[in-house]
Amino acid sequence: MAMVKLYAGFERFWHWSQAALVILMLITGFEIHGTFTLLGWEQAAEIHRFAAWTLIGLWAFAWFWHLTTGEWKQYIPSPMERILAMVKYYAFEIFQGKGHPFHKDRSHKHNPLQRSAYLGLHLFIGPAIWISGLLYLFYGDLGGIGLEWLPLGAIALIHTGAAFLMLTFLVAHLYLAITMSDPPGADVKAMITGYEEVED
Amino acid sequence: MKSFQSCLRWLLSAVLFLCVSPVWAEDSQSTADHSKFEQLQEEFETGPEVTKACLSCHTEAAKQLHKTTHWTWAFENQLTGQTLGKKNVLNNFCVATATNWPRCTSCHIGYGWKDDSFDLSSEQNVDCLVCHDTTGTYKKFPTGAGHPNYEPKKWPPKKGKLRQPPDLQMIAQKVGKPGRDNCGACHFYGGGGDGVKHGHLDSSMHKPNRATDVHMDSEGLNFSCQTCHTTGGHEIAGSRYAPKPSDERGVVIPGQPDQNRATCESCHGSEAHGEEANPKLNSHTDKVACVTCHVPEFARGGRKTKMWWDWSTAGRKDANGKPLVKKEDGYAVYHFKKGDFTWEENVVPEYFWFDGDVRYTLFGEQVDDSGVVPINRIQGSYEDPDSRIWPFKVMRGKQPYDSKNKILAVPHLFGKDPDAFWKSFDWGRALKAGLMARGKEFSGEYGFVETEYYWPITHMVAPKENALGCVDCHDRNGRLAGVGGFYMPGRDRNETLDLIGWLMVLGTFGGVTVHGLGRMVSKKGRSS
Repeated sequence: MAMVKLYAGFERFWHWSQAALVILMLITGFEIHGTFTLLGWEQAAEIHRFAAWTLIGLWAFAWFWHLTTGEWKQYIPSPMERILAMVKYYAFEIFQGKGHPFHKDRSHKHNPLQRSAYLGLHLFIGPAIWISGLLYLFYGDLGGIGLEWLPLGAIALIHTGAAFLMLTFLVAHLYLAITMSDPPGADVKAMITGYEEVED
Repeated sequence: MKSFQSCLRWLLSAVLFLCVSPVWAEDSQSTADHSKFEQLQEEFETGPEVTKACLSCHTEAAKQLHKTTHWTWAFENQLTGQTLGKKNVLNNFCVATATNWPRCTSCHIGYGWKDDSFDLSSEQNVDCLVCHDTTGTYKKFPTGAGHPNYEPKKWPPKKGKLRQPPDLQMIAQKVGKPGRDNCGACHFYGGGGDGVKHGHLDSSMHKPNRATDVHMDSEGLNFSCQTCHTTGGHEIAGSRYAPKPSDERGVVIPGQPDQNRATCESCHGSEAHGEEANPKLNSHTDKVACVTCHVPEFARGGRKTKMWWDWSTAGRKDANGKPLVKKEDGYAVYHFKKGDFTWEENVVPEYFWFDGDVRYTLFGEQVDDSGVVPINRIQGSYEDPDSRIWPFKVMRGKQPYDSKNKILAVPHLFGKDPDAFWKSFDWGRALKAGLMARGKEFSGEYGFVETEYYWPITHMVAPKENALGCVDCHDRNGRLAGVGGFYMPGRDRNETLDLIGWLMVLGTFGGVTVHGLGRMVSKKGRSS
């Protein structure tokens, strides 16, 4: 076993600020949606708008960082049998006390399921939210880009649908990230310090 | 002692001078002191005599007025082709002017419109003073067909207060530009009393405070009516018959051909919210009228407005056989002459898409008496770029109609003749006389049909801190809950998506909980 630096400073900053912004936007977004009243509608809408721009800015930096450092390769999907091995592990083997089929190292910091999940998050859920979000934000000016035919109801449908996916991801992610490491919480600690013990 | 007396004399003459010195001298920039005009030195017996004197200098004034709706009480709506105006339309207050002329025309800018024979081409019958009196002492007598009383006379008749005739000479010598009180003398009391008709115009607007009307605030901007209802040649801008729900001209500046300022945009522009305001506000103005947020409620000046008028119950007597009048909170809720009323203040408007197209149910038009009959209909939609969501007072009530011919009736209410409803309380006679006066045969069968009348709200603009907030509309049960044709965040949602979404989230939560518990149980099983 050795302590290896798995997560760079920027990556950790990106992860946690993104987490905070996503949670903030889920809360304010569902208030705007009319699910509950917490901050007041106007306040919620203003925070949501502010957080949206911050998150888009953060995403731009993250894309740049991933592309320039080559870290984007960490999201290339694994072969199907390796993904299925992970599914089999979570579905059955974990209850039998069998060992984890995947072993982290510096160039493979995500397990095969994580790779696919994070790729989906960043390529589909994220863009679906912020593209529909920008259309939402500039709805009154859509005529300028020839999209005046696009009804707000459709934009809202995509935006809300993607928000539900994001919330679902968050629930699953929290469970897996907090409890799946050995001991529980080690992955969270690693995401804070950057270092994690990995097998040699 | 002598010097004290002379002091007193001086003081008295000073006070006297101040009292009689013309109003114009204090606050007007007029170049004419009407008290010095030779024509105005005579003892006027009647209003028309004053007008004659006015016209000897203001040669074109009466001709100008003859072209206005204020004079003709007739209005040709260019958009709909309908002939409107007080002379022609029906409403659900006192219903119609025909046969009730002397009472109704106490708010006409003329003298003597007491029946159909009134000469609309008479220049001398134009009443200059009702608009140009600056003393506040000129008042048309309520049943005088536009004349003030020239003898001391009681109003209401018999037990009312004695009204002295106005001092026409003094009033004529002090004429000036109309103020809020002049316009308000009629427009604040439309429908037969203070605040009855409009709800956003009532006696509180003589001297409104800031909360009631931010523009007319007597201690602030102190606008007169003409500040917005710009005038030229006695023609006054702004019309309820042909309203303008959106104004694309932007801020009106000198040199533009159309100087009409009777829209919010003509001063504020169409994106009026400054940089300090929420940036989203300006992006609402292409769909939401200014007044929708900025007149959050009407009848806010401490006066109630009439919201319901049921003529069908009129004519009742109390246990002692005396005509019945019931009052609540100082307002008549039942009057034997007029039926049942409801009054409200601080009324939340009703909101509708509005493109300025208002169509009236004209006299003689067949109505569908199976439901509520619209006195007027408003149009507009989300798709139409000229439509805005606009606030309305919807006046509702029940009024008489010819139930066989299916037309709204004209009740002959006022008069000394036995056909007048307020004399004999016989609907059959009153409706026959009223319909006949407008050239229709009465079938002899009548009933009362429920009607509604849409009144666009424009006045009583509140200070910005009292304007509506987002959540007033962006809410499931917000103010725009009934306004259709578009998706509004906070109000609308796709129920199916919400169901699927929450099932997915809760399903995942349930799944990971079961998974976690399973792991704990299996681990315990293995370790024991």
